[in-house]
Amino acid sequence: MVQAQQEVAPSLNHPQDQQLALVEQVQAALARQTPLHIQGGGSKAFYGLPVQAEDRLELSPHRGVIAYEASELAITVRAGTRLAEVQALLAAQEQQLPFEPPHFGANATIGGAVACGLSGPSRPYLGSVRDAVLGVKLINGRGQVLSFGGRVMKNVAGYDVSRLMVGALGTLGVLLEVSLKVVPRPKVRVTLVQTCGPQEAIARMRHWARLPLSFTGSAWESGRLYARLCGSEEALAEATARIGGEPLSEEAAGRFWRDLREHRQRFFQSPEPLWRLSVAPATPLLELRGEQVIEWGGALRWYKTSVAPDELRVIARRAGGHATLFHYDASQLPHDGNVFAPLDPTTMRLTAAVKQAFDPSGMFNPGHLYRDF
Amino acid sequence: MQRIPDERVLQPRPEIIDRLRAILPEHCVLASPVELAAYECDGLPAFRQRPMVVVLPERIEQVQAVMRLCHAEQVPVVARGAGTGLSGGALPLSDGVLLSLAKFNQILEIDADNLRARVQPGVRNLAISEAAAPHGLYYAPDPSSQIACSIGGNVAENSGGVHCLKYGLTVHNIQHLKLVSVAGELFEVGSEALDAPGFDLLALMTGSEGMLGIIVEVTVKLLPRPERAQVLLAAFADVASAGAAVADIIAAGVTPAGLEMMDNPAICAAEDFVHAGYPRDAAAILICELDGTNAEVSMEVLRVRELLLAAGATQVRTAKDEAERTLFWKGRKSAFPAAGRISPDYYCMDGTIPRRELAHVLTRIDELSQAYGLGVANVFHAGDGNLHPLILYDANIPGELEKAEAFGGDILELCVEVGGTVTGEHGVGVEKLNQMCVQFNAEELAQFHALKAAFDPDGLLNPGKAVPTLHRCAEFGAMHVHKGELPFPDLPRF
Ligand SMILES: Cc1cc2nc3c(=O)[nH]c(=O)nc-3n(C[C@H](O)[C@H](O)[C@H](O)COP(=O)(O)OP(=O)(O)OC[C@H]3O[C@@H](n4cnc5c(N)ncnc54)[C@H](O)[C@@H]3O)c2cc1C
Repeated sequence: MVQAQQEVAPSLNHPQDQQLALVEQVQAALARQTPLHIQGGGSKAFYGLPVQAEDRLELSPHRGVIAYEASELAITVRAGTRLAEVQALLAAQEQQLPFEPPHFGANATIGGAVACGLSGPSRPYLGSVRDAVLGVKLINGRGQVLSFGGRVMKNVAGYDVSRLMVGALGTLGVLLEVSLKVVPRPKVRVTLVQTCGPQEAIARMRHWARLPLSFTGSAWESGRLYARLCGSEEALAEATARIGGEPLSEEAAGRFWRDLREHRQRFFQSPEPLWRLSVAPATPLLELRGEQVIEWGGALRWYKTSVAPDELRVIARRAGGHATLFHYDASQLPHDGNVFAPLDPTTMRLTAAVKQAFDPSGMFNPGHLYRDF
Repeated sequence: MQRIPDERVLQPRPEIIDRLRAILPEHCVLASPVELAAYECDGLPAFRQRPMVVVLPERIEQVQAVMRLCHAEQVPVVARGAGTGLSGGALPLSDGVLLSLAKFNQILEIDADNLRARVQPGVRNLAISEAAAPHGLYYAPDPSSQIACSIGGNVAENSGGVHCLKYGLTVHNIQHLKLVSVAGELFEVGSEALDAPGFDLLALMTGSEGMLGIIVEVTVKLLPRPERAQVLLAAFADVASAGAAVADIIAAGVTPAGLEMMDNPAICAAEDFVHAGYPRDAAAILICELDGTNAEVSMEVLRVRELLLAAGATQVRTAKDEAERTLFWKGRKSAFPAAGRISPDYYCMDGTIPRRELAHVLTRIDELSQAYGLGVANVFHAGDGNLHPLILYDANIPGELEKAEAFGGDILELCVEVGGTVTGEHGVGVEKLNQMCVQFNAEELAQFHALKAAFDPDGLLNPGKAVPTLHRCAEFGAMHVHKGELPFPDLPRF
């Protein structure tokens, strides 16, 4: 058995290691009390609210793999490493990131993927970004370099700061290094297509969720329902017989899931704002004007709609979840100026206190997650 | 250092008991010595202390009322589930309230369409899978203590089980929590969807050992039962080849539902206890469960069998039926009580290491065992590198407990040294405070304290647990430098 062994000593002198320079920049900014806009590849700059800071902290020069050994099912990389580079390295060892992250641009970095916490079509089946995070090294708002978690699968020493960073949009600290769990890449997969309306699609997805089959994706778009499964030839033949539908060619399947993940379908191109409604998966078809795409076994509903933000938020909340204004222009912002759903007062107070605990002077990405911090 | 690591100035306030009686029904407040005795320790009996009072509220509003009172009066509170924790996390405080969630034992809803169950925190782990079974569903994390431990305790410890290699830990299998804050406010984290807005407080709460809030409701994910599960039992003549076989299986792209390892002392102890049919002459065995559809499992069993033989297994058996499969697991799951039969006492450790270090770490544990003159039986969640060495000792022999604890401490430090962690699933509690000083530096510990203060500024929730004070670490560090030549070798190292 050939084993991938790639262990670069995590030396601060390594030419691709910018830790010392980054810490210096954070400390200088602290001394001046001017906040920083943390930037990876800039591919997801549209996500969240615009950062209220002039000075940039560039993470993309801080790159490179620190440790990867296939039999450990874990990889540690500097945050500025390009996502594509990491994925190519894993693919060469027949492995992959479980959460199938969207790139939204060739420069997407691993740090950006973790900070945004966006997972792709495999999310309900193989887990989310945060499910895969094992450890982080970060600079906190006091300019200190801290490490949490580790490279091992199970670790409950101290609070789970590593997973707390996922989706925080850089507002709690500068991610320097990230350790992620990786999974074997399925040798064979198949995508089956069926024709049906959205209501029926939800019902079928929920039926599939109860079957003990190895799904890795499910989506409905433009009158077609897609199921992606993986496993051995025998298992897939059996699964195909059980759920039915036309298999797509490997190329067409690859294209479909990539376009869905990267928001390249026609649906995503119209000028209306794009809303992301994350709901309890069995939620029946929502009574909403506008076009939709359904993913994640029913748990994710994308809407192109000009329905009022307050109304969308109420609908999502009633469905057990929340609504995010995902793609928008400034004129489409809700009254409260937030793209993420408001939190109840106690949770908001605790959220602000957590921010204080990591970044007491408000140095990192002000206004990016919620308008007020 | 104090054996009970409580660095606060004690403030017994017996009048609080009457005030608790005023807000809770009579039978929900226990204060007599006999009643209190049942709560003086959790699953780590080496630490014992009687609480000032035990409360057993029955409704969320009562939990809130207790917290409001304790907050106003600045009385510390320790939450307790089933008390099976192995790190002293639920150890009471002599001037504090022990808040038991035992009466929150209802399954509120099984929502088969959304694959979830909403339950109260005192519900036993196994009861969830039992309630979900008629729907063909189950709750995946299965700690060996699952017949007794509570789901609230599982969340507070981020517990794992033999199936978490494939299905994840508690953190991967819960969706939503209701909590009561230190000031008595009710709040929620997570959602019924697959994510929630804002920071991932659901992840933060998981494994927080009762330090950040009281969990009063848990929504867990349910999974469809796999069509088939099959277990292979492989024997090895040396521990290193068993370790290498684990790496080979993982590297071949197989994700077993469980992959467990036991060494010879553990095999013999389990065999004597449950007669699982383990080979007593093997240096190590691997138990590998594969699950999925019929077709999948048939294929994988053949593949894994070949991998095991190629790695030097002297014997590979496949459970011939469901009864034998259960028996293979029973031996593993009763490893702790089995150890209890071969030694008056045992002390269970819980480090995690990178898989490649398995053979090296086992060799070192063996050397330490000889140096300390204490036996050890090793059981592992080998698939994810989580070790449970069971140190065998006799508490009635003066000094043996301290020796066992020092041995355990050395094992945990060894785990950190090879790139692992001091606790994979049992938590820090009071037990591993010193080793936290080895794993984290002062600034990291200070960050933990700042995070704790965000939820609990006055330090009333489970004070003295999970994260050591910098003062304690300084003291421990000073002792540590001279390890092996302690000025007072008879003093307990706490
Ligand atoms: C024989 C045996 C086998 C075991 N096997 C495993 C195993 O395979 N895997 C594993 O991970 N663990 C195992 N354990 C350890 C233990 O069972 C787990 O840690 C379990 O999750 C503890 O649950 P509990 O209800 O007993 O919690 P307790 O021991 O009562 O409490 C544990 C911690 O959680 C806090 N807590 C409890 N309830 C709440 C709540 N509602 N809100 C806030 N905080 C709370 C307490 O303050 C304490 O810090 C085993 C223990 C034994 C005795």
